[in-house]
Amino acid sequence: MSTQNKPAQGWEDDIYDCFVRHNISQIPYVPDAGHAHLIRRVHDTPQMHPIVLTTEEEGVASSCGAWLGGQKSVLLMQSSGVGNCINMLSLVSNCNFPFVTIVSMRGEWGEFNHWQVPMSRATPGSFDLMGIDVKRCDSPEDVAPTVDAALYAAFASEQKIAILLSQRLIGRKEW
Amino acid sequence: MTGNTNIERRQAVRRILANRGETLVVCGLGSSTYDVFAAGDHDRNFYLWGAMGGAVMIGLGLAIAQPDKPVLVITGDGEALMGLGALASVSAQKPDNLTIMVLDNAHFGETGMQPSHTGHGVDLAEVANACGFNNSQTITDYDSLDAFSNTPNAANGPRLAVVKITTENPERALPNLDGVYIKNRVRSSLGIQPV
Repeated sequence: MSTQNKPAQGWEDDIYDCFVRHNISQIPYVPDAGHAHLIRRVHDTPQMHPIVLTTEEEGVASSCGAWLGGQKSVLLMQSSGVGNCINMLSLVSNCNFPFVTIVSMRGEWGEFNHWQVPMSRATPGSFDLMGIDVKRCDSPEDVAPTVDAALYAAFASEQKIAILLSQRLIGRKEW
Repeated sequence: MTGNTNIERRQAVRRILANRGETLVVCGLGSSTYDVFAAGDHDRNFYLWGAMGGAVMIGLGLAIAQPDKPVLVITGDGEALMGLGALASVSAQKPDNLTIMVLDNAHFGETGMQPSHTGHGVDLAEVANACGFNNSQTITDYDSLDAFSNTPNAANGPRLAVVKITTENPERALPNLDGVYIKNRVRSSLGIQPV
């Protein structure tokens, strides 16, 4: 099944429901097919600000700015963008900003395009190097509790968490 | 392209901030941070000591979060160039309360005055224009600088000014290095308690 045209899956709405419940206001993103339904729902919600980015580290910086001003932000990206964030994550670390990103994984499950594989393989390690905790969702029932727990921990006590949505969960991209 | 300006960076930033009122200020690492601190420490200054290329996007997140307060990003040409795409991302949001001022000496001042792209002809005000800013201009004299600084944002989207400055390199003025303190001080000034 193609990730471009597939019907929405329940876990995608679970993420949206968590955003509503935790009052997430700013959602910066570099698009990925795995986030497409969520991004559409964010765009349809007046109290949420979707922020389309030219590169992922912009969303690290804007998320810190949001918290400076009292709002909560979650960055959406795919695994190929994680490396772009490395130096900007020093801002999160040095100022102890809360940080949550939800990363759709490519390059790890039936991937046709092997150009996606190196950054996919380096994704957990990149976050670990920069002091970001990594949580992984492999099945639909993992998603709601993982996102809920991460949002609570991040914004109640300024923790830094990356949630990886596995490619097996999302569905491989058909070519 | 600094030959046609007599604006000195420290005096420029003092004048920009003279009537700041409620303005929240984000400053790019290096000389911009020193200039803003030299103009007078303030609870609403968010000083950067790193995160090069991030100042404009921090300003964007803050401007969206605080739409009733002016947000001013003061940064240098090198820092702005590293985050050039941020001008496109800001323009896509069009926050009316965000102003970006680029102190442009056409050099990387902190690292030995190597010429930057603006010295090779890149025009950041035109980049902003091309991104869709309705108010983007280059300033080369103090009267224009005062006029821009003392005019509040209209409901016309974000503004950008490239302030051409001389290449003088004043002594560093160093604000607090503690990012947690600086963050919490800005938040407290907005009535937000630490977690």
